[in-house]
Amino acid sequence: MADRKALQVEMISAHPGPVPGHGVQRNLEVCKLVDTTTCIGCKACEVACVEWNDMPFSPTTFDNTYQTMPETRWNFWNLIKFNEHQKEDGTIQWLMRKDQCMHCADPGCLAACPADGAIVKYANGIVDFNQENCIGCEFCISGCPFNIPRFNPETKRVYKCTLCSDRVGEGLEPACIKACPTGCLKFGTKDDMKFIAEERAKQLRENFGIEKAGVYDPQSVGGTHVIYVLHDATDPERYGGLPKNPEIPWSYTVWKWLFKPVLGTFALFGLLGVCLHYVTAGPRRTQPEPPRKGERNG
Amino acid sequence: MEFSRRTFIKGTVLGGAGFSALGFDLTPLHAQTQALKISRASETRSTCPYCAVSCGVIIYTLGDKAKNAIPQVVHVEGDPDHPINRGTLCPKGSSLEQDILNDRRLLKPQVRRPGSDHWEDISWDQAYTEIAQRVKKTRDETFLETDTQGRTVNRCEGIAWTGGCTDTNEFNYLAVKSMRSLGVCYLENQARV
Repeated sequence: MADRKALQVEMISAHPGPVPGHGVQRNLEVCKLVDTTTCIGCKACEVACVEWNDMPFSPTTFDNTYQTMPETRWNFWNLIKFNEHQKEDGTIQWLMRKDQCMHCADPGCLAACPADGAIVKYANGIVDFNQENCIGCEFCISGCPFNIPRFNPETKRVYKCTLCSDRVGEGLEPACIKACPTGCLKFGTKDDMKFIAEERAKQLRENFGIEKAGVYDPQSVGGTHVIYVLHDATDPERYGGLPKNPEIPWSYTVWKWLFKPVLGTFALFGLLGVCLHYVTAGPRRTQPEPPRKGERNG
Repeated sequence: MEFSRRTFIKGTVLGGAGFSALGFDLTPLHAQTQALKISRASETRSTCPYCAVSCGVIIYTLGDKAKNAIPQVVHVEGDPDHPINRGTLCPKGSSLEQDILNDRRLLKPQVRRPGSDHWEDISWDQAYTEIAQRVKKTRDETFLETDTQGRTVNRCEGIAWTGGCTDTNEFNYLAVKSMRSLGVCYLENQARV
């Protein structure tokens, strides 16, 4: 245990009590930057993802678009969404967005997960699924505001983008970032990515006349570790259903912060009561049954 | 009721079990990420075989090239030190591992005869012989010693040659020499496609 190469943990799903060792070490937050204005939809990131993660061939679908498939799959974590958007002057704008796990600072999947240690958030911001501890309840799917986790009916486990935690843990960049031939994908610290994204958005606004250009880093989930530069930051929905204000369902918040501690306390008292009863009253002793009427003795 | 030592131990064990069931776990919490699959694999630098851009790739093979280790490709990705692509790859280049490890990869010469509807396996010797015979026949039939104005040209217009993008300078030199010696004019390389 305590492998020095392992990533420091910040949050653990369904784990009672604090996370030991959290906040002791200095940790840089990592981030992926997706500049949708320079994406050409070549899908090199899709292939690099499948190759690095050794995922099997996944049948593609044709739906009158160049998009590989309608949504990500349990074995296809990174999908370029091709969106045709009609501008005010009637011309068509082709918007491409790399759809994958956003690695939220406040992950809905982790809040929803009832299995201890099935979902962890590392101190560098990566949200990772640990399939060994997954119980296949699919709560994370309903807890995710971006519709990302995918259930594999064969293994009964849920899978999603790991932000290449195995590569990042060794100091490498994620596979998708490395492949991108146009450089629209970048990887680095959150601060650097945020700076580059804001500079790019400013450049688009001032030099290219794209007035609504902006950065997508939704604060409703505490910010994400995948951020976008969008042509129109006021309407992210047009990029294949990117929610404007992604939110964790309130039921999970209530469950996690109210019901769980309260009911846990009740359970603790119940257990203590049982122990106390056993200590004071002793084990239950069965009385010999009185002979029933009409039944012969002996 | 008498509170015996036995009862006390029972209560302690039960309470401890209860606490651990409720999750008071004292083991250190470092999540183990999956081990890097290429951490000690051998790195071999190569060139992507697909287009004329000739991106540099690194081919990762199993083992450290020790005598008894039989290498097998486990991963291919861009070469960050290569001046052309600096680590990036296109989708075709990114799928190079599938180019090497593929059930449908062609490993022997095949021929589809004129009018035939299927490919048949032939030996390398037979393939070389048949190609040589066809080259000879075509060249004999289409060789032009003089053009319509009577000038000496010595060219063979019935054959064309296309080189691949991974052909080295040396290979291209030999290709041009041999093709020019046959009189072939339609000589091209994928580098201009």
